[in-house]
Amino acid sequence: MGTLEFYRAVLIPALNQGLWVSVKIIVPSALLGLTIGILAGAGRTMGRPALARVLDAYVAVFRGTPLVVQLMMWFYGLPTVSTFLESTFGQDIRPFSDLFRLSPYAASVTAFALCSGAYQSEYVRGAILSIKRGQFMAALALGFTRGQIFWRITAPAAARRALPGIGNEIIYLIKYSSLAMIVTMSELTGQTKAVASIYFRHLECYLATACYYLAIVTAATWLLAWAERRLAIPGDPSHG
Amino acid sequence: MTASLPGAGARPAPGFAPGSAAGTSPGRVQGPAPDSSPEGPPASGAASLPEGPGLSPCLLQVCGISKTMGGKLLLDNVSLTLGAGELKVLIGPSGGGKSTLLQCIHFLTPPDSGDVLLDGESAREMSRRNICLFRREIGMIFQDFNLFDHLTARDNVAVALRRVKGLAKKAAYERALSELDRVGLSSKALLYPSQLSGGQKQRVSIARALAMDPKVMLLDEPTSALDPELIGEVLKVIQDLHDGGMTMLMVTHQVGFARHITEEFLFMEGGRITERGSPEELLREGSGSRTADFCSKLSEIQGG
Repeated sequence: MGTLEFYRAVLIPALNQGLWVSVKIIVPSALLGLTIGILAGAGRTMGRPALARVLDAYVAVFRGTPLVVQLMMWFYGLPTVSTFLESTFGQDIRPFSDLFRLSPYAASVTAFALCSGAYQSEYVRGAILSIKRGQFMAALALGFTRGQIFWRITAPAAARRALPGIGNEIIYLIKYSSLAMIVTMSELTGQTKAVASIYFRHLECYLATACYYLAIVTAATWLLAWAERRLAIPGDPSHG
Repeated sequence: MTASLPGAGARPAPGFAPGSAAGTSPGRVQGPAPDSSPEGPPASGAASLPEGPGLSPCLLQVCGISKTMGGKLLLDNVSLTLGAGELKVLIGPSGGGKSTLLQCIHFLTPPDSGDVLLDGESAREMSRRNICLFRREIGMIFQDFNLFDHLTARDNVAVALRRVKGLAKKAAYERALSELDRVGLSSKALLYPSQLSGGQKQRVSIARALAMDPKVMLLDEPTSALDPELIGEVLKVIQDLHDGGMTMLMVTHQVGFARHITEEFLFMEGGRITERGSPEELLREGSGSRTADFCSKLSEIQGG
């Protein structure tokens, strides 16, 4: 098979298929991760001390352990709980215990969302802390309730500050989504590995995959830059 | 919310009797007029008020406020009153408790003990919800403006009108523009705080406070963060407010301005009001007051 023919008939279709799987992993993971990050970041800065401590622990665990290890735990480790439950309570518990047998897709999204959320919460926390306390006092003095202050004053101001960091984390997420391969997902990297080892054309396959990732990241970068421009406050040096 | 008190004395606050002057005039024995119904004959209600300057009905009463933070006593049993339309000036060295006092009056940092009465209503006894209502009746101006950086000048003024007072967008914008016009900034309505000068920012913050129709304004060093040539424009707005009858308590180091505008100086040091009196009284040559000493030092630095 000629090189061009290999590209046209084998590699590109395989990569396109993998790309679709990757997107199906990345988009929900990024959205879920961001949601978790916003809630955790807000809870850590403005929640009750007990809640803040629980969320601090979450971040410490998920930032402090390798993502591969987390992924393995969700996919290979968790079913052990099902087995244990079934051996203790009998097969009747099956509907419940099966919840711990995650599909490769569910395990990937769970792992990426929770890991991403831990990092996102740091960006959100930093942004909230950067909003001057004076603005909080001014809003309080005008008669705002604490909830209103968060939604009307702190959140819109903090969102603009957090956006560059949030974008950075999403770009990381796009690339570490390739780890889904190790829990048997046939996403972009998984497809590449399969094709490369069958046809023994590693250099071309991985170069092509790198280009795919670069294209996704570039598209995401543009999107984020556009969002930043949309939200920028004229004359504010921190937004360029 | 209650009506303001045109017929002052009709609703005496606990522990405070605006009509107490009646007790000092033994000629008036016909019985305690304040006990009559709130609708009581307006003529006698007005007559029971002592007449003369400086004895306007009391609007804001601060009763024995104390505050300890981080083991340090910042306010030690501070009391003062503000009559409607009065402007009093708090002066004194940094760390003397002036800013803390304003924040406690506003219940932004609730005092450990003591109470604040606005129109005779005790802030101490209010629920969380009512405290928000209480706060919007008192305007606060901060040294460093504290504008909302992500909102235009117009939206800075309108946001509380919409979210706190519940005005419709159009009505809130109209009101915001008229308040900005009042401080001479209608042409800057669509600029963001970062595009405004310090003096303009402070005027926006004054417009923002005024839009809430406060009964009292607390001003915490409104000109201290400004370039010297921008101070005048803010002082002019304050002068206009005073002329318009706004009740104000101002912390300032602008002694020259303050002595012309105020009826009373309150000198604060070590968490207490140590001296109080009219500017003439306290700043008289050879009065030997701490206030005179402090003001003369300030004037030296400020060059007059």
